[in-house]
Amino acid sequence: MRWMWIDRVIALEPGRRLVAVKNVSLAEEHLHDHFPADGRGAALPVMPASLIIEGMAQTAGILVGHAGRFAEKVILAKIGKAEIDRDAGPGMTLRYTATLERIDTLGASTTGVVELMDHAAPGTAFAEIGRIDMMFSHIDRNMAGTEFPEHNFVFSEGFRTLLRSSGIEAEF
Amino acid sequence: MTRDEVFEKVKGVLVDALSVDEDDVTADARLTTDLGAESIDFLDIVFKLEQAFGFKIAQGELFPENVAQDPRYVKDGRVTPEGLATLRERLPHADFSRFEKDPQITKVAEVFTVDAVVNFVMKKLGAAGAAAAGAH
Repeated sequence: MRWMWIDRVIALEPGRRLVAVKNVSLAEEHLHDHFPADGRGAALPVMPASLIIEGMAQTAGILVGHAGRFAEKVILAKIGKAEIDRDAGPGMTLRYTATLERIDTLGASTTGVVELMDHAAPGTAFAEIGRIDMMFSHIDRNMAGTEFPEHNFVFSEGFRTLLRSSGIEAEF
Repeated sequence: MTRDEVFEKVKGVLVDALSVDEDDVTADARLTTDLGAESIDFLDIVFKLEQAFGFKIAQGELFPENVAQDPRYVKDGRVTPEGLATLRERLPHADFSRFEKDPQITKVAEVFTVDAVVNFVMKKLGAAGAAAAGAH
């Protein structure tokens, strides 16, 4: 499941809201490079903020795609805001909640909240660590009239498997 | 709502959507050339205007569509007189007087100034006000 940055969809209100979780694992190779031990100090394995943003893009992208029955090629076109307050390390769980603000034939806008659960913290609970707002484009309807391949290369097998294993019925 | 009030609200939308300084949002600033707007920003601006002013904007109502692809309207990279007339009719809030001197299609987005957006909003609010008055 390459390049899937969410592990499971845990809630879906079609056309309104989608919630997904991601378990950060020390087995993920990039954590060994981000950041390795060097002359300045010990290793600090944390999930790169750019991949947290990608996790939200997938969460919100599925929400937008689902709203259009996966007929459109939904492409992340703009990150209006991305604030991430703290690092997510191995053994922690991220929870992404994406809300659909507006959708029309050309694209959609979403707002999103990132929460983190540190399973070792007392009174374990999700706490908000970030806010990410995005715009998605339905690229077949781009203003320049550029044509793209007919098959939906955005919602590929990886997304189908994710939705199936999350118990969400989606035919596309 | 006065024109100044609309301008301030439009300015807020543009600062938010385009991450520009308030001082850069002058009446004659062009959304693309001066404020750096790209195609997805136009959709963002439409969504944010709807939210700020509480009205719906139909596709193609504020910014044009299907003009660049229509051979009747564009020939050899330039907007034809017929195309210009169509644009003027569809987009009465924009000022085409500078564009018509050198109507290259690649420059058509330059007619969208902050003032054009304010004109558009004023018109929408006027229409909504008239409809509400008619309902009484």
